[in-house]
Amino acid sequence: MLIEAGHFALALALGLSVIQCAVPLWGSRTNDSVLMSVAGPAALAVFACVAFSFAALTIAYATSDFSVLNVVENSHSSKPFIYKLTGVWGNHEGSMLLWILILTLFGAVVAVAHESAPERLRANTLAVQAAVTAAFLLFILATSNPFTRVSPAPFEGQDLNPILQDPGLAIHPPLLYIGYVGFSITFAFAMGALIDGRIDAVWARAVRPWTLSAWVFLTLGIAMGSYWAYYELGWGGWWFWDPVENASLMPWLAGTALLHSTVVMEKRDALKVWTILLAILTFSLSLLGTFLVRSGVLTSVHAFAVDPARGVFILAILVIFIGGSLTLFALRASLLKQGGLFAPISREGALVLNNLLLATACATVFIGTLYPLALEALTGAKISVGAPFFNLTFIPIVVPLLLLVPFGQTMAWKRGDPLAVAQRLAAAFGLALMVAIAALAVTLGGPVAAPLGIGLGVFVILGALTDVLARSWSRGQPFAVVLRRARGLPRSAWGTALAHAGLGVTVIGIAATAWSVETIATIRVGERVAAGPYTAQLEAVVPRTGPNYRENVARFTIWRGERELGAVETMKRLYVTRGMPTTEAGILTVGLSQAYISFAEARPDGAVDIRFFYKPLVLLIWGGAVVMALGGALSLTDRRFRVGAPARARSAPAALPAE
Amino acid sequence: MTRKQRRLAMIGTALAVLSLALGLVLYAMRDTIVFFHAPSDIQAKGVQPGTRFRLGGLVKEGSIKRGEGQQVTFEVMDAGASIPVRYQGVLPDLFREGQGVVAEGVLETSGRFKADTVLARHDETYMPREVADALKAQGHWQGEKAPGKP
Repeated sequence: MLIEAGHFALALALGLSVIQCAVPLWGSRTNDSVLMSVAGPAALAVFACVAFSFAALTIAYATSDFSVLNVVENSHSSKPFIYKLTGVWGNHEGSMLLWILILTLFGAVVAVAHESAPERLRANTLAVQAAVTAAFLLFILATSNPFTRVSPAPFEGQDLNPILQDPGLAIHPPLLYIGYVGFSITFAFAMGALIDGRIDAVWARAVRPWTLSAWVFLTLGIAMGSYWAYYELGWGGWWFWDPVENASLMPWLAGTALLHSTVVMEKRDALKVWTILLAILTFSLSLLGTFLVRSGVLTSVHAFAVDPARGVFILAILVIFIGGSLTLFALRASLLKQGGLFAPISREGALVLNNLLLATACATVFIGTLYPLALEALTGAKISVGAPFFNLTFIPIVVPLLLLVPFGQTMAWKRGDPLAVAQRLAAAFGLALMVAIAALAVTLGGPVAAPLGIGLGVFVILGALTDVLARSWSRGQPFAVVLRRARGLPRSAWGTALAHAGLGVTVIGIAATAWSVETIATIRVGERVAAGPYTAQLEAVVPRTGPNYRENVARFTIWRGERELGAVETMKRLYVTRGMPTTEAGILTVGLSQAYISFAEARPDGAVDIRFFYKPLVLLIWGGAVVMALGGALSLTDRRFRVGAPARARSAPAALPAE
Repeated sequence: MTRKQRRLAMIGTALAVLSLALGLVLYAMRDTIVFFHAPSDIQAKGVQPGTRFRLGGLVKEGSIKRGEGQQVTFEVMDAGASIPVRYQGVLPDLFREGQGVVAEGVLETSGRFKADTVLARHDETYMPREVADALKAQGHWQGEKAPGKP
């Protein structure tokens, strides 16, 4: 009964979202504020319906209701309870439902929190958001209904793909979806403004918190996915340039560009047309990502089920929304007045360059991801574009961008003084150079790219801190004054510094991977094998039984010289229901580095094959992403984003050089 | 600087960056792209020894032989041909006889394929798409053994 109610709630949500789309749009055309005010309550009602339907599916999973096809195919009564819950989005239908849930949640938040946004903008925005919701609800009802029943109900389910039974999976999709779908709000705002034909700094200020929060979640989601692949797939890699990964990287790159261009628009009323275009492109890339991942065009862990009807449907949604929004953009873009002049060498100029490089980097990823698909569709030739392509195209564009980050951050608005900026950054640059040279000297004969990359990362970090320091410190001031000034800096300044520093941290982590060592060996109990400075000793190989799997456990102790660092276990598991083997890597964290062992194979004579990695500073890769996200979150708490917060009169004007 | 000069500077930079990117992409396209071939394509298309490509097909029953250390040999077959493959390294979890496989490497003059990567699959029912297509084209496709459908 609950299942049917959940299904019905979805249909009801579809009807309501059509109302949420049509009525406010009509209202804004005819200037009828009663019609426009329908948008808010309708958005809340749609969210309530979708939330109910999601809860119904979750209950079906929690109680292992095998009369529901989706539960039968993806769950098992002996599966640990937590994975019964996360299994809700471990399949195509459920993950689309989660997608819509987050979409409508954002709509509801706009409805509640945006009392202060101009009435017309808010009505138009919610209407556009409702159009996206309606399209995806139609998709789920027509091609991917999670509430289909089976009769007679089987006694047992077929279990979830074992590599998805993992805590990483529990949080990766929701984080990523909040990011993806969060950009739908920016998109809806852009469309709303285009429908209205008016766009200004107020618009930029209203949009920025949404862009920022979507970006924060997308950053965390990508980092989580990368870490999951690192420890779960047992190959020790953290990024594979897999099309599915690229599908999430592209909106991130475009979203990062958008984040920076809205700053220019908010502060200087410039780059309007470009910002609107970026808002459209970012969400379009999110939709493209959903299409690539969900349509079965690509085969990967994400393509749960291949059904051509779904692919065609999502493609249609893609064409309608991207085509429609770009058409509207083409019609209305000429109405947008260009504002704010600035010199090429200025904060604005640096941000334009940032956008240019980010957009170009995004374009190379786009080409590398879609070229094989296009070529196969056109000529039938099958090719694969892998890491070598992206290393050759993406890295040469990103390295100059990283070098420029500290300069842009230190540059003044309107007209910058390159000499003063160079002076300010001289210390950071010198220190970074020294670090690079020291690293080069210590690892003489090793890869050269690693020390250079580390120097670059240090420069980005120090450059980020230099900016904060320069804004609070001046010669001859007592320490207390400096501290007070630093505290008085806007939170967004600290957020920027933190996010940029996080970027530098990630760069260091990535650079250090050049020093990682992989050893493949066949080893018996009592024997040792070395990788880099670590040695692993096999202690025992024992069988064990888990709730829904059997496994062979290899126990190791990890040594550095004669000092024991700790013990790890690596497992070869067999999930009984699906008859599917998986490898669970054994990872020992030592400071920021890791020793990583994965069980390759047990031999009949008792020896085991293993892969043993030394991964220096590897945690910095994801740690940096977390710092970036923290920086974004800190910016989000900035005073000027708190809706309705009165502007604070600065009693003691803090020294903000050149602003 | 006048407005016009500013605009020119901006457009000039944009063109420089974009043409650099285009140059990189075209250069990378020439060298880093890997083609996919089925065993019977190698004769038919005249693939030369020394070229790097991806070989996809089924692992022939009874062909897996393990040697010293991590040395392993097996045969990849489709309806028309079978190619011996030599590989040194760790095989993915789901590597089995009679299952689909994709190996990347170089064809040796002896006609043997020296693989440096054997691709992992994520799911026991998953057949590499290239392999599925190749089998379909040769009329050997029996449909996905989908235990998911009751």
